Amino acid sequence: MNRVYRIVRKEWAEIFKNRFVLFTVAFLPLLAALLPLGILYFVSSSPDFAADVGEDIPQEFSALCNNLTGQECIQYFLISQFILLFMILPLAIPITIASYSIIGEKTTRTLEPLLATPITTAELLGGKGAAAVIPGVTATWLAYLVLVIGVALMGVGSGVMDNLLDPFWLIAIIVVGPLLALTGVSVAVIVSSRATDPRTAEQTSMLVFLPILLVFFAQMAGLILIDAQLVLLIALALVVIDAGLMAVAVQLFQRETILTRWK
Amino acid sequence: MISIEGLTKRFGDTTAVENLELEIRSGEVFGFLGPNGAGKTTTLRMLSALINPTSGTAQVAGYRLGEDDQALRRNVGILTEAPGLYDRLSAERNLSFFAHLYGVGDVDGRVERYLKLLGLWERRSEPVATFSRGMRQKLAIARAMLHEPPVLFLDEPTTGLDPEASRLVREFIEGLRGEGRTIILNTHNLDEADRLCDRIGVLNTRLLALDTPAALRREVFGSKVVFHLADLRPEFEAIVANFPFVDAVESMDAKLVVTLDDPETHNPALVAALVNAGAQVQFVGEIRQSLEDVYLRLVGNGGTESERGDET
Repeated sequence: MNRVYRIVRKEWAEIFKNRFVLFTVAFLPLLAALLPLGILYFVSSSPDFAADVGEDIPQEFSALCNNLTGQECIQYFLISQFILLFMILPLAIPITIASYSIIGEKTTRTLEPLLATPITTAELLGGKGAAAVIPGVTATWLAYLVLVIGVALMGVGSGVMDNLLDPFWLIAIIVVGPLLALTGVSVAVIVSSRATDPRTAEQTSMLVFLPILLVFFAQMAGLILIDAQLVLLIALALVVIDAGLMAVAVQLFQRETILTRWK
Repeated sequence: MISIEGLTKRFGDTTAVENLELEIRSGEVFGFLGPNGAGKTTTLRMLSALINPTSGTAQVAGYRLGEDDQALRRNVGILTEAPGLYDRLSAERNLSFFAHLYGVGDVDGRVERYLKLLGLWERRSEPVATFSRGMRQKLAIARAMLHEPPVLFLDEPTTGLDPEASRLVREFIEGLRGEGRTIILNTHNLDEADRLCDRIGVLNTRLLALDTPAALRREVFGSKVVFHLADLRPEFEAIVANFPFVDAVESMDAKLVVTLDDPETHNPALVAALVNAGAQVQFVGEIRQSLEDVYLRLVGNGGTESERGDET
């Protein structure tokens, strides 16, 4: 465990000196928290715009507004459109960190001395994974906390707050978030084993966003409704996907594979 | 300390190392010489449990490959071909990270000791990115030594260094010899191998030759002794050639160049025979072939003009 901790500390000491990584870790969560707050503020101060939005709310969503007033339903609808950003954060941040961390080790040829130590593959991968997952998940949770506090401070109806703290959103943030972060790290390890440049690895790994974006746009278009059932389904699917991806990532991270096949 | 039994490594259809058999004694400085792609780095990687052999095995510092690789790694230090340091971290941070991974007890004390030993203490807080190539190599050597392993693998320790940095690294390795560590050195630098190694193995996928540098010279070229005479008469050559231990005699200017086994034993008889025949022997010297000539002959690149050697 001590070695995993040392790897995590080393990764953070090194990777957070990279401005691009630092920007990703700090900027994306801020954007995810402030964008819905800004729109909510705009809607609250512009009744005409709120009325327009009210007309666009899909009927399926209106069903979720049973105990909300019309204004509250509009506010909740707008916030829920952006909550999916909190599913992108735990993917984007770990992918960025893991890409820079692994490709960095390749380009500076630091992996061989590291692999020559008594560290096990599980410890090394665990350390690198934790170093990427922890900032991603922490930043997501903090950003969500900022969103909740911001919404509360804006004086929206208590019904909106209740929905924002609904168990299914909390499951999405607390359970699905870390599972997505694991997906991101596994994909980054797999892609990084073939790439030689961190940007390329990161951009290729970002393809993993596609399913999330599809859900995001489908929800905006009113094609699907994100509810507790869908969130649990996504969580279960991610458990299976993560197990498979991690098995592939561990296989690619064997000492001999790294030293003789990684280019 | 190291016992290698039929070690073979293949990558697909390519054989990198074939049937390597070797015993390296405790406290010995052993050098692997060979051209690029000869399997030197692959051999070190196998011996430090970084990659698995295709067949054969080895015992390193009491641990057999594949049985307890973690313990084996704890007992060997390796200087890899590239220094492989974390540029954004300080020298001190680089070393303390590895000290923790190796489970060193007094990390701060050990890091301080090696930074001072290699003359890097004053620059300990600076990022490695600001270091010269020589300083990086010294830091990488410190990293390999940190956990004070009984076996040390050094892969091309002076490649790319300027002469001064090379000398510093060589002096450090010479210093380690006194500590009783077993050192295995991969090098292209034949002069370095000659100076540092107790024994040399010439490797080109297979082990082509194995002995001390002096014995390799003798095995490949034989021993050549030069007799400087005040006057060289034709009969002197015949007198020397009559001895059964003499392989060849060549006259040039006022010198007789004699190829023979074991000059230390047979030189007195030759000197006595020449003096009895009326020769005035001014002095006797030995022609020392360079290790480069030995190496080129062994790896099949033929001989060169320099094979005439230098008289010492």
